[in-house]
Amino acid sequence: MTRPSVRIERRLVQRRWLPVVVPIGSLLVAFGAIAVVLLVTGHAPLPTFRRLFDAAFVADGALTNTFISATPLAFTGLAAAVAFRMRLFNIGAEGQLYLGAIGAAGIALLLAGQSAWLIIPAMIAAGAACGAAWGAIPGVLRAFAHTNEIITSLMLNYVAALVLNYLIFDSLSYWRDTSATGQLFPQGKALPDAAAWPTFTLGSVTVPFGFVVAIVVAAVVWVLYTRTRFGFETQVIGDSPRAARYAGMRTRRKIVAVLCLSGAIAGIGGASQDGDFRHVLDARGLQQANYGYTGIVVAALARYNPFATVLVAFLLGGLENAGYTLQGADFPSGLVGMMQGIILFAMLGGELLVRYRVVIERSDSVRPAEATT
Amino acid sequence: MNDGIVVVVLAAAVAYGTPLLFAALGELLAERSGVLNLGVEGMMLMGAVIGFLCVQHVGGSAGVALPIAVAAAAVAGGGCALILAFLVVTLRANQIVSGLALTIFAGAAGLSSYIGNDFELADDPARFSFEPLDVLGLHDLPVLGPVVFEQTWLVYASWLSVAAVAFYLWRTRPGLNVRAVGESPAAADAMGIDVTRYRYLHTIAGGALAGIGGACFSLALTPQWVDGLTAGAGWIAIALVIFAFWRPDLCLVGAYVFGGLSALPLILQARGVTIAPQLFQALPYVMTIVVLVLVSTGTARRRLGAPAALGTPYVREER
Repeated sequence: MTRPSVRIERRLVQRRWLPVVVPIGSLLVAFGAIAVVLLVTGHAPLPTFRRLFDAAFVADGALTNTFISATPLAFTGLAAAVAFRMRLFNIGAEGQLYLGAIGAAGIALLLAGQSAWLIIPAMIAAGAACGAAWGAIPGVLRAFAHTNEIITSLMLNYVAALVLNYLIFDSLSYWRDTSATGQLFPQGKALPDAAAWPTFTLGSVTVPFGFVVAIVVAAVVWVLYTRTRFGFETQVIGDSPRAARYAGMRTRRKIVAVLCLSGAIAGIGGASQDGDFRHVLDARGLQQANYGYTGIVVAALARYNPFATVLVAFLLGGLENAGYTLQGADFPSGLVGMMQGIILFAMLGGELLVRYRVVIERSDSVRPAEATT
Repeated sequence: MNDGIVVVVLAAAVAYGTPLLFAALGELLAERSGVLNLGVEGMMLMGAVIGFLCVQHVGGSAGVALPIAVAAAAVAGGGCALILAFLVVTLRANQIVSGLALTIFAGAAGLSSYIGNDFELADDPARFSFEPLDVLGLHDLPVLGPVVFEQTWLVYASWLSVAAVAFYLWRTRPGLNVRAVGESPAAADAMGIDVTRYRYLHTIAGGALAGIGGACFSLALTPQWVDGLTAGAGWIAIALVIFAFWRPDLCLVGAYVFGGLSALPLILQARGVTIAPQLFQALPYVMTIVVLVLVSTGTARRRLGAPAALGTPYVREER
């Protein structure tokens, strides 16, 4: 029998070029797979890719729109990265973002008439506080009742969506526009002008304030995780909870703290939605966007590195933006989510090649030769 | 008395619990072999959209189109599960991130939505859907009539599946082997059980069941297609497995409790109860959290019976 057999074994020597070449190879494989799906459903792959790239980064105003799409993804990506790094799989960024948006819109309406210098920091603080509170629920349950945080944080997303719907569609809440038209067509109350966040202009590209905040948050997270005791301890707890307990680290507090931090970052993302873009508590728009789930893709592709997260958010933001721009009969919605999934598959699979090597051998014909050497 | 609200809720609990039951049984099979499949929601949505696509385009009569649609849904779910199995068994990728990736790939904003939009499935209602049967003409029987004898084929198929999975796991040799693989893959390997093969097969079978569960939505409960049709049922199914203590019979009980909770807001609305619908809509999600907390504390935890090797890849050379 000369059936070749495939074996996978751990690499003993790390080649320096591997961590660079493998992700590029994975990306190529991913685009190959996407091309196959496009072909099967009757779309030409190459023109589709070209149009996507053009609409994301090249066309008139494309970069401005890409920044708009990238900003929430940077926040939800950072939220996921912070928690996933400690092996706390918070997939509740979606709901934490809604709560942040509710809190920030509430404080903006409350402070109407005040100056932007007061309103904007208050919005960020309120968004962070509400997001953190929502993130604390799975945190406390995980820390003190050993409840799986994946399921609880996810279930809370649906609850948060229902809270949003209740505030805007089924009650006369503080957030709802209660004028005559607002009664007929339910929508949020317009936020005061001073609650609109500033923008920065670089040539023809407009960068929202929220994106700058996201970069600051990324820097804070980086310092926290690489330069402080807190960051070191979370790393140890993530890698080996038992070792951490023996070393006397307060595991439960860290779990709650990390999930609160994660929720707070997602909540600032919600505040940025109010302040940067929507200027109203937009219940339907927020729910259609799926920022929280895309944030997980962003964080995983960035391997939970905060700065890489912002960069990946920018790239995937481009993809999302191109998806909106091109959406139509020959460019069905759902394509972008599918592409993100395939890219993530390829990257996850590719990680194997960094750590292991694949050995193909002819089982019976090779072995005698080995024996003689 | 069969119009009384209790009977209506019970009958609806069975109908709405059925997709959860199929998906939970599938997840149970995968988890028993040691694979934590977090892609159930995506697999259900793929089953729902492919099932719906088939019923709209294949076959002349309901008797042909509906079975083909269910089979296609199972293949779609199983196909997604094959991707997951390749990632987590062969490539040893992180099971949690891979499962999430699959749900993003196939989910409400991914492939299922792409297929739904590309074939314009949202425009028309289903050509055929599963209708309640009248088994042995017993639908007039008090209480039991509507609850037991006036359900769709899918419901009866789900009961068979529960019995089949229970029998398989506890009364057959391969069933014993799966449990061994989930508890201690190294020991199973030493006994000559092909760990890789068992994990692949059970993950794929689980995906097929999840696909059928998704088809329950698009072919019976809400015979139409909208993006994200399953509305989190896949995630509830994952939670169900935990508080069913990894036992198929308890999956049935749990699925009907949550089916009832999901149906309650619709029934109350139909009867003119107008207090904030969101309160009732939130019930299944909040109850999932509450029950999960209850079973994960104290004495329940010791009796849980989670497969010991759940979520960990098996590498023969590194045990």
